[in-house]
Order: sequence, then structure tokens, then C-alpha cells
Amino acid sequence: MADRASDAELEVAGLHGHYGESHVLHGMAFEVRKGEVVTLLGRNGAGKTTTLKAVMGILRSRSGSVRFRGAELIAEPSNRIARMGIAFCPEERGIFASLNVYENLMLPPEVKPGGLPLDEIYKLFPNLKERLGSQGTKLSGGEQQMLAIGRILRTGATLLLLDEPTEGLAPVIVQQIGATIRLLKERGFTVLLVEQNFRFASTVADRHYVVEHGRVVDMIPNAAVGENVAKIEAYLGV
Amino acid sequence: MFELLGVPPQALFGQLLLGLINGAFYAMMSLGLAVIFGLLNVINFTHGAQYMMGAFCAWMLLEWAGIPYWGALVLAPVIVGLTGIVLERLFLRRLYHLDHLYGLLLTFGLSLIVEGLFRREFGSSGLPYGNPMPGGTNLGFMFLPHYRAWIIVFSLAICLATWFVIERTKLGSYLRAATERPELVQAFGINVPRMITLTYGFGVGLAALAGVLAAPAYNVSPVMGSNLIIVVFAVVVIGGMGSIMGSIVTGFALGIVEGLTKVFYPEASSTVIFIVMAIVLLLRPAGLFGTQR
Ligand SMILES: Nc1ncnc2c1ncn2[C@@H]1O[C@H](COP(=O)(O)OP(=O)(O)OP(=O)(O)O)[C@@H](O)[C@H]1O
Ligand SMILES: [Mg+2]
Repeated sequence: MADRASDAELEVAGLHGHYGESHVLHGMAFEVRKGEVVTLLGRNGAGKTTTLKAVMGILRSRSGSVRFRGAELIAEPSNRIARMGIAFCPEERGIFASLNVYENLMLPPEVKPGGLPLDEIYKLFPNLKERLGSQGTKLSGGEQQMLAIGRILRTGATLLLLDEPTEGLAPVIVQQIGATIRLLKERGFTVLLVEQNFRFASTVADRHYVVEHGRVVDMIPNAAVGENVAKIEAYLGV
Repeated sequence: MFELLGVPPQALFGQLLLGLINGAFYAMMSLGLAVIFGLLNVINFTHGAQYMMGAFCAWMLLEWAGIPYWGALVLAPVIVGLTGIVLERLFLRRLYHLDHLYGLLLTFGLSLIVEGLFRREFGSSGLPYGNPMPGGTNLGFMFLPHYRAWIIVFSLAICLATWFVIERTKLGSYLRAATERPELVQAFGINVPRMITLTYGFGVGLAALAGVLAAPAYNVSPVMGSNLIIVVFAVVVIGGMGSIMGSIVTGFALGIVEGLTKVFYPEASSTVIFIVMAIVLLLRPAGLFGTQR
């Protein structure tokens, strides 16, 4: 037990979340250990994005417990949470139209030493380097996703929250993002990944949590995905 | 002497100069309004009162503390900007999640209170403020008073510097990004609430700076702001809320339009900006430089 607690990077317990009157998260509980890639799988509207926003502090009306390396985050504002070393890549990518590609890339401030140097980000996503002067939103969907991921790798954050990074992208770009996530894992980053595409998820992740109606209903280690395909498909309704 | 369309050149250039000076004030004021509206979502109706406070602050610094114009040019915007910061912390902060209308009503009410207090204290006839740069230069085709030239050069420099900071620096990229999606910028680790407070303070300081600039050119009077602010709102509507450069260009251009109208059709000189506004609203409701949201 003591050993488990010590290598838990993120521990979420009894997490509730509201949008105004509507109660969306009903006691989410899961953990992500250091260096792991863990996914939240679930149907549309299950509460995956809301969970990431609650962890990040973007969702203000939340209660329960979110611990990062043992420190309680539930009462902290999102800028303080980011400074502790957590970074968020939103589902809609959040590329700024009034900033060019370079400005978008440089926007998140460095929060810790040890982020990826720019060169390496350009090596991962060569398209970005060629478009530095373009308006951020003039990039293609895939390039915008690369930019949204690339800009949080610079900051030195060690826990990355990625919300459906492959949504709506061509297979070749999905592969590129998969390779990036595997590289990040190799580098010691911890990743909490929201996905609906569990075939993709199973190529990058260590474990999968299944989310339904704002709570975790199952946990499947990646090694067991093969024998549980039918069950997962039933969860996801595919 | 040659004449242009029946107008003597002295009169033409004289009015052009006055137009440029008015334009300088329009530009500085609408710039501050645009920056504040972008980030705070508040239509800052106190902007006129804050301009007036800047002029009065310069007057008080001179009369009560012996601090001359050049000191006031730095101190007054800081002092009035600080009152803006207090105002944001105490009141405006509570309104961001509501419709624009609430911010407009609050700041409108506050400007009435501020003006009333100053009128009670100083009367409404206006107080003189000495010209720090007397004299002028004869350019041959017209006489150019030094202080008027200073207003134009200085306000242009301030406007361009503001544009540069917002559009070309790292700090400006935070501001632009937070104008689009404050919650995401905050989730990157930036203290957006503090940035909002400082931005409001800056916008208010800009209004106060315009007020200090105006003090030697006009009388210092409690109503100077409310006379100006109506025209400035028309300028903002014409330029469109979105663009920094748009505010600057529109401000100066409309000052010139007003000046030229004084020469060629004086009867319309006080209404021409509103006529332009009506036309722009018909043809381009988002303003000349604005983007439809
Ligand atoms: N801003 C909001 N205001 C009110 N309700 C919201 C808001 N955002 C999401 N919801 C509701 O909260 C629930 C969970 O939404 P959430 O976005 O977390 O789902 P998700 O699992 O990320 O779905 P998807 O796979 O479609 O992205 C849904 O029922 C949704 O309708
Ligand atoms: Mg989602």
C-alpha cells in the first residue's frame, strides 16, 4: 500500500463536478502512476472531458479529492495547478486565432525545468516549423493538434492531460500522435488520455478506465484488452 | 494668395491641425476602451470621468504639490490607474459573468457620481492650466504652436507603443490569448485575474494620460470627459471593437474628417462623426476594422 501511494502521480477520489445545476461527475475515482499512460474510455457525454477539467481546475464547482504527488489540488485555481507541473490539451485544441503558430507554441510559460527543447518539438512535428508565421487557426486540423500537444511539451509539466487527441484525424496523423505518446512515455512523462477509439488507445496505454455517467465502472489493464474486446465494445456502444 | 476650393490655406491647415489634435484624443481614448472591452467584456463608461480625473490630477499636483506638467505626465496616469485597479477589484470583478449591460450601467453610474463630486468641489466653469511649451513655429503656410505639435507626436507615440506591446510582444500574446479564451490561458499557469486587473488599470491610465495631455490645451473642467466620451463611443463603433490598430487609425481619421468638415461645411461639424457612424452601421455593423462575432 505504502509503495503504491508513493508512485501515484495522480490520485482522484470521490470527485464530483457540476455545471451550474447539473451534476455531471458522481464520485470519479482512479489513479495514474508515475510514467504510466492511462486512458479514460467512455461514450459521448460520459464525463471524460469534465473529469480532465476538474483535475485541471478549469471546472470550478468540484469537490472530493484530486492529489498530485500527494498534494491536494481540489481548492487550487488552475494557474496554480499548472505551475505544479500538470498541462492540459483540450478536446477542441484551443489554438488562438489572434496568435501566430510560433506565439501559440510559446504561449504556455515554463513551469518546471526539463521540458522538451523547441528543436525536439520541431523534430516530432516538422509541419509546425514550416508554418511558424501563419495564423494559428489557419493550420489544418492535424497540424493544430500537433501544435496543441507541442506547446505543452515545452513547459516542463510532467503530467499531461490529453483530451481525444486523435479525434477526426487521418490515420497517418493518428499514427504520428501514437508515436509521440510512446516517446513521451519513454521520456518519463505521465499521460492521462481521454479516448473513444480504444483500438488506438490499446497501442499506447498501460491501463484503461471505463467511464459511465460520471463514474468509473471498470478498469482493464492493456494486456487484457484482447480478451475483453466484446465487453469494451459494449461499454462504448460501438 | 492662392486658395483651395475658395478656402484660404491658413484656415484649412489650422482646422486640419485641430482635427488631428481631437483625433489624437479620440485614438488614445478608444484604444483604452478597446483593450478593456476585449479582456473584461465591460464597456467602460467611466472612461470619460477617468480622463477628467487625469486632468484634475495634473492640476492638483501642480497647485497643491508644485509638481509641474512633466511630473504629472507620469504621476497622474499612475494615480488614476490605481483608482481603476481598486474599482476593478471592488466592483467590476463581480460582473464579468453577466451581460455587457451590467458593466455599462455600473460604470455609467460611477461616472455620474465622480463628475458630481468634482463639480461640487470645483464648480463647472473650468480651471486654467498653464501651457508648459509656450510659443510656436511659423511654417510659412501656417503657425504651429509647440504644445499642439507635442500632443500629436506624443499621443501617436503612445498609441504605437501600445499597439507594439499588444501585437508584437510576449506580454501582448498573453493578453490576446486571454481575450479569446481566458480559462485556457489560466490553465497554462498564467494568473489571468491579476492580468485583468492590471489591464483595466492600464486602460484607465491611458485615459488619464489623455486627460493630462488635454489640461494645457483646454480648461480643466468636470464636464470635459462627458463631452468627449460620446464622440469616442461613436469612434469605437465606427472602428469596431476588435482591432487595436483600427482604434488608432479611426481615431485620427475621424478627427481629420471633423476638422475638414469645419472648413467646408461648418454646420455639420459637430454631427459628421455620428453621420459616419450611421453609415458604417448600415454597411458594416461590426465596424471598419472589427470582425463579426
Ligand atoms: N458547459 C457545460 N454546461 C452544461 N453541461 C455540460 C457542459 N459541458 C458538458 N456538459 C454535460 O456534461 C456531461 C459530460 O460531458 P463531457 O464533455 O465531460 O463528456 P465527454 O465524456 O467528454 O463526452 P465526449 O466524448 O462527447 O467528448 C454531458 O452530459 C454534457 O452534456
Ligand atoms: Mg469530451
